[in-house]
Amino acid sequence: MTTETEYQHPLMRAYWAQIDTRFPQVEAVFEDVMAEALAVLTREGIDAYLEAARVIGKLGRGVEPMLAFLEEWPSTAKAVGEAALPAVMALVQRMQKSPNGNAITPFLQTLAAVARRLHAQEQMQHYLDITLDFMERTTGSIHGHHTTFPSPGLPEFFAQAPNLLNQLTLAGLKNWVEYGIRNYRTHPERQKDYFSVQSADSRAVLQRERHGTLFMDVERKLDLYLRGLWRDAEQLVPYSTAFDELRKPIPYYDKLGMRVPDVYDDAGAIAGLDRYRATLAHMVGHRRWTQAQVADNWSPFQRMAVEFFEDCRIETLLIREYPGLRGLFLALHPKPLEAACDPETTSCLRHRMAMLSRALLDPAHGYADTDLNDFVARFHAVMEAGESSTKEIAALALSYVAKTRRQSDQFARVHFDNTVVDFRDDNRHMWQFIEAGDEEEVFDEDRKAAPDAEIKGLPPRHYPEWDYNSQTYRPDWASVYEALHASGNPADIDRLLQKHSALAKQLKKMLDLLKPQDKVRIRYQEEGSELDLDVAIRSLIDFKGGATPDPRINMSHRTDGRDIAVMLLLDLSESLNEKAAGSDQTILELSQEAVSLLAWAIEKLGDPFAIAGFHSNTRHDVRYLHIKGYGEHFNDEVKARLAAMEAGYSTRMGAAMRHAAHYLGARPADKKLMLILTDGKPSDVDAHDERLLIEDARQAVKELDQQGIFSYCISLDPKADEYVGDIFGRQFTVIDHIERLPEKLPALFMALTK
Amino acid sequence: MTDKDQYKIQQEPFYQQQKNEVALYEAAYRNRLPVMVKGPTGCGKSRFVEYMAWKLNKPLITVACNEDMTASDLVGRYLLEANGTRWLDGPLTTAARIGAICYLDEIVEARQDTTVVIHPLTDHRRTLPLDKKGELIHAHPDFQLVISYNPGYQTLMKDLKQSTKQRFTGFDFDYPDAALETEIVAKETGADVAMAARLVKIGAVARGLKGHGLDEGISTRLLVYAATLIKDGVDPRDACRMALVRPITDDADIRDTLDHAIDATFA
Repeated sequence: MTTETEYQHPLMRAYWAQIDTRFPQVEAVFEDVMAEALAVLTREGIDAYLEAARVIGKLGRGVEPMLAFLEEWPSTAKAVGEAALPAVMALVQRMQKSPNGNAITPFLQTLAAVARRLHAQEQMQHYLDITLDFMERTTGSIHGHHTTFPSPGLPEFFAQAPNLLNQLTLAGLKNWVEYGIRNYRTHPERQKDYFSVQSADSRAVLQRERHGTLFMDVERKLDLYLRGLWRDAEQLVPYSTAFDELRKPIPYYDKLGMRVPDVYDDAGAIAGLDRYRATLAHMVGHRRWTQAQVADNWSPFQRMAVEFFEDCRIETLLIREYPGLRGLFLALHPKPLEAACDPETTSCLRHRMAMLSRALLDPAHGYADTDLNDFVARFHAVMEAGESSTKEIAALALSYVAKTRRQSDQFARVHFDNTVVDFRDDNRHMWQFIEAGDEEEVFDEDRKAAPDAEIKGLPPRHYPEWDYNSQTYRPDWASVYEALHASGNPADIDRLLQKHSALAKQLKKMLDLLKPQDKVRIRYQEEGSELDLDVAIRSLIDFKGGATPDPRINMSHRTDGRDIAVMLLLDLSESLNEKAAGSDQTILELSQEAVSLLAWAIEKLGDPFAIAGFHSNTRHDVRYLHIKGYGEHFNDEVKARLAAMEAGYSTRMGAAMRHAAHYLGARPADKKLMLILTDGKPSDVDAHDERLLIEDARQAVKELDQQGIFSYCISLDPKADEYVGDIFGRQFTVIDHIERLPEKLPALFMALTK
Repeated sequence: MTDKDQYKIQQEPFYQQQKNEVALYEAAYRNRLPVMVKGPTGCGKSRFVEYMAWKLNKPLITVACNEDMTASDLVGRYLLEANGTRWLDGPLTTAARIGAICYLDEIVEARQDTTVVIHPLTDHRRTLPLDKKGELIHAHPDFQLVISYNPGYQTLMKDLKQSTKQRFTGFDFDYPDAALETEIVAKETGADVAMAARLVKIGAVARGLKGHGLDEGISTRLLVYAATLIKDGVDPRDACRMALVRPITDDADIRDTLDHAIDATFA
């Protein structure tokens, strides 16, 4: 133990006394951290710093928190100011008093990195507030007021904080944290996964909250851009930039499509969207004008030079096509200073190439280097003659490398600053190798798919679910598997129709009234498209006879067509197996009869019509069963499926409605009607909050409404009045006497569509 | 008798021949064959017919067809007057009587049962029965029927009957190629050729988006509008936005893309 250390400098001795510690690890770094602190902090700041360090050292949590604080605070203070210290200390005290003491070290360790991304003290305060809120809400409690269990996610969160703030604004961070707390407060393991950005939904929410222009938001614009301006219809594939800290991937293209980052922040005045456009334009240029070159005999430096020259060639050609691109390219192109790189100590090849690249595109580059200007002139002379070619420009590039070669190009220290042109792709398409070297690994090609297990049905579609607590969607929450409904005996359905033949006759009469009579003549119009001769003559006779003539002597026409697409969505949950009150049939059997009659009626009317059933067993398994498609008639196959209708599991209505809307929305009809036949409220075994799925269904109705789909619920639950109005507004009917469903349902449909 | 001269085209309309359509039309007219002109909107169909009427020195009666048009709007109808009813010829009847070229513009817009009335005029009979009036008109020897339609935006509902289609000889029009279109825009408006070329370039961008959110590309007519505005001193970017982009789309993504194309073209 080295408590007797004597510092030579009296001031240092005073500081050491002030910090009052016996940790040898602190002593080892004390001089270094004080040197930094003295450079950054004011006189009072030093005092506060040492005092805070002393307090942290006395917390009884070992040396780590104190070390972390001593090392992190000076640069934190530099970024957000010394005045933030009391707030930070307050939070440390709060953590100390709660069971979360073990989070103090990670908190302090990432403090400087966080501060560098926040810049201002108010921002820092917001960050601390979010943290405190997080801590209090995730700390477990027993008997109401004793906080006993530490927050599981908090240390993970601190470790991720700098990375998160790189990608999120504070508001975004708050939303992300909020989502995690809300969904995983009671699940420590999941909470850890979420806050260490391991789980899928953590990443999805992170992606949603990111700043900058998200690829998924502008995908259509980029498609249109490619198609409209460049006559190119290549597939665009985003790659993730969020989780690859060390190697930032560069755009590229291959057989499978053009790869672009999933998000672009604005670069100065250039919007993220325009950065995407520049990237795409550049790649399109390569696709049009670049021929692959054999690379075996060229050194890496030579290849780099050829790439720079070729990039400039195609950009010149692109600018020829759309002159406005020059401004965009130049705004994104770095402008290295001529004197920025010292060739005596550093490899300047990249710097030279970036300057040249700038000069080739920017007529007002202002560089004085004679070789550079000479080659700019030669480049322009070559381009003057036409499009040139990759080969020709490569020759020019090689002679430039030969002419400007320096010994120092081989140095290990490479000047990188301001030399990266980030809208250019990685030029992998430019090179072909005759000898397969071991330097390039090819990952994309010849990857044989492993023989899969037998595929059962279609892959699931994922739908978001509405969380009313936070008023946000849970991304890709419910997985919907669709399949064809099993078949039974179609004769059963025919028998059911037979049984209701009296009802069918009655319906038939109503149907005839509804049938479209495309052209309807409207007579007795004062103004119309045509003179109604009969009426006109009668009117004239009246006039001649001295009576008041009827002025309504014209007629006109009105088209009267039906253009309605209908989707009938059947709830096939377990409760359908119960016997209907006052009847010896189950609800399922009655539904079957009603649906058969309705299907028969709609078939007679000729409206496009589909039937599907759904049930669910947690959000991971929502089943959507096709009974009748729009392309099918009400034939034996459909009847067979209808006959095999079975009930089971729960009612996750929102997901099923969204999936049904996916089909109904694609119909070209003027009016789209979705009928939902259900016997109870939306519920599922994994949804503990009763309101959650009700609110989700309500949100689904709103979404449908926006898509122009009219949804209408037929509820068989006598107690439905309590909730069905919340979901469907006034678009519902509750059928109390279930045994009358077979006659009610078709009548209801006709009333709706009259 | 109707005044024939009011239907005559007095001044030569500007028309730039794309291929040999003028000579072909003349041959069709010599033999009084009915003519159908197809093509996207604003590519010069009506201008072509107008030009031919001027060149042949024949009166031209144009009817813009619409959904509410009935057969009597073409043929004629009884009107009520103080002392009885009076027959009024419709445009088709007038043309058949005076020997004009009758041009039914956007014929698919009219309902199919309406268009059937032109059938007897378009085969060897060249007659028009007026059943309400009890008259059979034999068409004037100079009479010719021309119809136009735009196959682009027709739906399943809007198409000509085969029996109607097969009574016509046809011309397929399309937007001219870039060089020719540049020339047309320049000549029509007096704009300089470089400016016209840029406009044509923007037009090509929009035509590439047809079917991807645009029902129809930017027509030559709109390019002419834009050039006219620029000639009047409007800033080219504003003129393009106003004449080329805003009219054709309400889709924000497409609007952005076309706006970007304008910025990229006018550096």
